[in-house]
Amino acid sequence: MHVVVLLKQTFDTEEKIVINEGKVEEDGVKFVINPYDEYAVEEALRLKEAHGGTVTVVSAGPERAAEALRTALAMGADEAVRIATEAIDTDEYGISRLLAAFLQTQNFDLILGGNFSVDNGAGQVAVRLAKLLTLPHVSSITQLSVNGERATAVRDAEGDAETLEVALPAVMTAQQGLNEPRYPSLPGIMKAKKKPFRELTLTDLGLSDSEIAPRTQRLGLSLPPARQAGKLLAGSPAEQAAELVRLLRTEAKVI
Amino acid sequence: MSKTYVVIVETKDGKLRQVSLEALHTAQLLREDGDQLAAVLTGHQLKDAAAELVRYVDGQVLVLDHPNLQAYQPELAFEAVTQALAALPGEPKVILLGHTATGRDLAPQLAAQLACGQISDVTAVTKDGVNLIFTRPLYAGKAFEQKSLSNGTGIVTLRPNNLPPASPAATTGNLVPLEFTPPSPLRTLLKDVVRKVSGKVDLTEAKIVVSGGRGVKSADGFKVLEELADSLGGAVGASRGACDAGYCDYALQIGQTGKVVTPEIYIACGISGAIQHLAGMSQSRVIIAINKDPEAPIFKVADYGIVGDLFEIVPLLTAQFKEALSERTS
Repeated sequence: MHVVVLLKQTFDTEEKIVINEGKVEEDGVKFVINPYDEYAVEEALRLKEAHGGTVTVVSAGPERAAEALRTALAMGADEAVRIATEAIDTDEYGISRLLAAFLQTQNFDLILGGNFSVDNGAGQVAVRLAKLLTLPHVSSITQLSVNGERATAVRDAEGDAETLEVALPAVMTAQQGLNEPRYPSLPGIMKAKKKPFRELTLTDLGLSDSEIAPRTQRLGLSLPPARQAGKLLAGSPAEQAAELVRLLRTEAKVI
Repeated sequence: MSKTYVVIVETKDGKLRQVSLEALHTAQLLREDGDQLAAVLTGHQLKDAAAELVRYVDGQVLVLDHPNLQAYQPELAFEAVTQALAALPGEPKVILLGHTATGRDLAPQLAAQLACGQISDVTAVTKDGVNLIFTRPLYAGKAFEQKSLSNGTGIVTLRPNNLPPASPAATTGNLVPLEFTPPSPLRTLLKDVVRKVSGKVDLTEAKIVVSGGRGVKSADGFKVLEELADSLGGAVGASRGACDAGYCDYALQIGQTGKVVTPEIYIACGISGAIQHLAGMSQSRVIIAINKDPEAPIFKVADYGIVGDLFEIVPLLTAQFKEALSERTS
């Protein structure tokens, strides 16, 4: 089966955020494959190992995103495609249309993505894409099995587990717990250098700027006020417990 | 020209969800004189919920009550809401949903269908003249951005627990029952639902969260946290460390991977406070940290800290809270 994985490169979750001249500072930041997309890559590789076929990883991102795609190739994906966005200012509306324009020209049985990206966190693109391609979708999956032209997925719905049967081709997004992603092996890293890697522009996709113009605008960007360390309580454990309840009542007034 | 603000309402166990009331409040706040408010309610056996809902909406309350809509299913819910929106006079200005399992799945479908913008996970709403400004977190709350919607229809999903709930409207709304025609053929079929959190407070909507980290040491160790959460009517959460160690389900994970929570009280037990965890809970109103290590970073963000053994402190707290709450009610 042919699986396409949607992938975004994000800040490592241990990174602090610094704002410089109205933008998030990227200098010196460690970038990774968005953790939820990493589950998607791993699941695609497992499907390939079980059923044969190919895995294509696709990212609409700036030049640095190529590194994340190379990592996915080193994990075992067969082919990478980067849709260059460095000259594009758009939002989830535009990104989903870019991806749809590319995927309309491809053959696949399944599109896998992450449940959301740990940077923007909007969780829109994969579901929008499913609708644009008129495909069924299941979001936030923790289990997946494929049987011919149908797949069975377990969706995490605020802790409840829903089992859904879906006709392929379909779009699914990965939730934590789906699998444990592998690390790229050394031979994998060597092989990745020879795997097909395509870079596409807006023109290659037959789109104009106006067709992917954003439908939302950013007006401001700021850091939250820093929290101040409060007080450490003293006394025996029993005294501390009693003091805490008293403070919550009289000082914080939350109970 | 008059505009319509539409709230897609969710129910849980037959009652209106708190986040839907928060969305109704937001719609009331956004609209100007002459603008319309409408609500869409889909599901099954909605009589009580619909009767409650008309108290909050001084406009149309569109109800699609059908056995196939009992549980959320991506295709069916999308179709039901699309049919409801088609029954409204004119195009909506803003469609509001909760940023919940349902809202996160439904809103982008609608946004793609309507070829419109969506602002997800909104935590604050303000007006600058007639312009609507929505604040939302980036990097799970390490930064915030302000966004606006382009002209035409826009969609907004609201993070639970961040905006006040609606008050009943001055006049009661009009209940408009609509026939639901399920799409055919369906490409996704819901085969089974395992309720793991039935009867419990939802983590993202909980007013009080008791959260455990590696310091809880085992799945069994979470029992004392559950007892504390139950005594306060709260929910149990966990750090990535605790989930990775297999002490609890990933559904409980709080952090940049996992869920972001903003309760009134957050009690971190045996959590060191890695930056990716702090992103998921730093916006809580009051933070309490219990940890053996006085140098743990969690103390830097905690309003109240107790250095000690959580297995000793937490049961004492449970007893103290029970006593304090029984005094208040007696």
